[in-house]
Amino acid sequence: MKRILVGIKRVVDANVRIRVKPDGTGIMTDGVKMAINPFDEIALEEALRIKERGAADEVVVVSIGVADAQQQLRTALAMGADRALHVRSDTAVEPLAAAKIFLQLIAREEPILVILGKQAIDDDNSQTGPMLAALWGRPQATFASKVELRDGAAQVTREVDAGLETIAIDLPAVITTDLRLNEPRYVKLPDIMKAKKKPLDTLTPADLGVEPRAPLKVVRFEPPSQRQKGVLVKDAAELVVELKKRGVI
Amino acid sequence: MTHILIVAEHDGTTLNPATAKCVTCARALPEPQITIAVCAADGAAVAAQAAQLAGVARVVKIDNPANAHPLAALLAPQIVALAADFTHVLGPSTTFGKDLMPRVAALLNCAQISNIMAIDDATHFRRPIYAGNAIVTVESDPAEKLVGTVRTASFEAAASGGAASIEALTLDIDLPTHTRFVSLASGKADRPDLQSATRVISGGRALGSAENFKLLYELADELGAAVGASRAAVDAGFAANDMQVGQTGKIIAPELYIAIGISGAIQHLTGIKDARTIVAINKDAEAPIFEIADFGLVGDLFQIVPELKRLVVQNR
Repeated sequence: MKRILVGIKRVVDANVRIRVKPDGTGIMTDGVKMAINPFDEIALEEALRIKERGAADEVVVVSIGVADAQQQLRTALAMGADRALHVRSDTAVEPLAAAKIFLQLIAREEPILVILGKQAIDDDNSQTGPMLAALWGRPQATFASKVELRDGAAQVTREVDAGLETIAIDLPAVITTDLRLNEPRYVKLPDIMKAKKKPLDTLTPADLGVEPRAPLKVVRFEPPSQRQKGVLVKDAAELVVELKKRGVI
Repeated sequence: MTHILIVAEHDGTTLNPATAKCVTCARALPEPQITIAVCAADGAAVAAQAAQLAGVARVVKIDNPANAHPLAALLAPQIVALAADFTHVLGPSTTFGKDLMPRVAALLNCAQISNIMAIDDATHFRRPIYAGNAIVTVESDPAEKLVGTVRTASFEAAASGGAASIEALTLDIDLPTHTRFVSLASGKADRPDLQSATRVISGGRALGSAENFKLLYELADELGAAVGASRAAVDAGFAANDMQVGQTGKIIAPELYIAIGISGAIQHLTGIKDARTIVAINKDAEAPIFEIADFGLVGDLFQIVPELKRLVVQNR
C-alpha cells in the first residue's frame, strides 16, 4: 500500500486579526474562527492529486492538538483524505515533539511520502518538516512549488531566495509545501456528509511512547510596536520633495 | 561566556550579507565567542570574507565537493559534527537557514527559536508570531544547546575590519546520497538583491499584468532599487516567486520602500514594517497600506509612476 501522511494543524483563520491579551499571557482566541493551516491544505491537495494520478493508494491526515482539531480533520476527510489520526494534546506541542510524534506514526504507517506545510501561520516556526526528515534519516524538500514522482524518487522544485531550485530525492521523504504548489479544492456538501463515516482514530503522545518535552517557555506576549501613520501628499512632485528632505532619494 | 557557531550562507564565491547580520545578533549574547562555519566546494574566498567581520574570533572552512550546492541533508551532519563545543548555533532566517537549521536542531535533539528579532540575555529571545501581530519573549533552558534562526531585517550587518583566524577542517563523516542538486533557475539578472537593497519598489495586483511591471523596473533603475511584489501579484503571475515580500516570502528592511498598487494585507505589512521610510501609492484611499505609510499618495499608479520617474531624473 502506497501511503501518504499529511499534517493538518488547527490554527486561527488567516483572515482574523489577532490580538494579544491585555495581561500579556497569550493571544485572544475565544470565539475566533479556526481553520486548517493554509499550507497544510496545500499539502493535502498535493497528496490527493498524487493519489488521483495513481501514484499513491491512501492519504492519511494527522493532527496533533486539542479535541476540537477533529473539526479540521473532518474537513480534511471531506476534501478527500481516506482516514484521519488525531494525536490529542491539550498543551502546546513544540516542533521537535511534533516531529517525534510523526516519526512514531511513520513507523506504524510506513508512508512513501510525508507532506507538511512549510510553516504554520500561528507560530511561524517553519521547523517540523526538516526536524522530521532529520529524525527519520530521510531526504527533505522544503518550500515545494512542483513535485514529480518517478520510480521511488521525486523531483521537487523549491522556492528559494535565489529563485527556483530543483532537487532529486529518494523516497520515502518529507516534502513541505509553498504557496504556488497548487490551489486546494473546495469541499462539496455531499462530501461533508460522507466524511462523517470515514475512520478517525484518536490517540495520545503517550500511546506512541513520546513524552513531549518543552525546553522553551513563552514568558511574555506583547503587541508589536506600531508605526506612526504618516501624511498624504497631493502629487508626485510633493512626494519627491518630501523624500529629498528625508535624504532617501 | 557564550560560544556561538554561525553557519555561513554563500553562493560559493560571495558571503551573503545575512551572515553579517547573524554576527550582530550573536554579539548581543553575553561575552560572545563567535565562530563562523563555511561549508563549500572551495571556501577560500568566502572564509576570507567571513574572517573580516568585526567580532568574529574564528572561521572554520570545510571544503568538500558535496558542498557545491547547499543541501540541508548534507550540510546538517557537518554542522552537527562541529557543534559539540558551542552553546548556540545560529543561521539566517532565509530559505537557506529555514531549510537547514531545524535539521541541525533535530539531530542535536535540541530546541530551535526561529526568527530571533532581539536578544535580552543568554536565555531570553524575542520573536514575532502570527505574521508579526504579536511579539513573544521565549525563555530557553540554559542547560541545553540552542539553535536559532536570525530575523535578518532586525539587525544591521556587522562591520568589516576583523581579522579572525581561518582553520581548514576535514570531517570524517559519511554524507547521504539520497538528496541531489539538479538545477537553479535564478530570476534576478543585474538587479539589486531584494534582501539587501537600500531601496525597494514593490507592485501589487493593481499593476494588472506582468507587462505593466516594466513601469516599476524603469523607476527602480533610476533609483537603484530592487523590485518586489505582493503575494497577489506573484499568484497572478505578474512577478516571480522570489520577489514576494511578506510573512511567507521575504522580510526586508530597506531605507526606502515604495508600495505601488498594494492594498496592504497584514501578511504583506509584516514583511516591510522595519523599512525606514514607507511610501504608498494606491487609488483606494481606504487601503490599509496608508495606515503604516510615512507618505501616501492617492491616485492612479499608471499616471503617478511615470511622473515620479520623470521627477526623480529631473531632480537628480
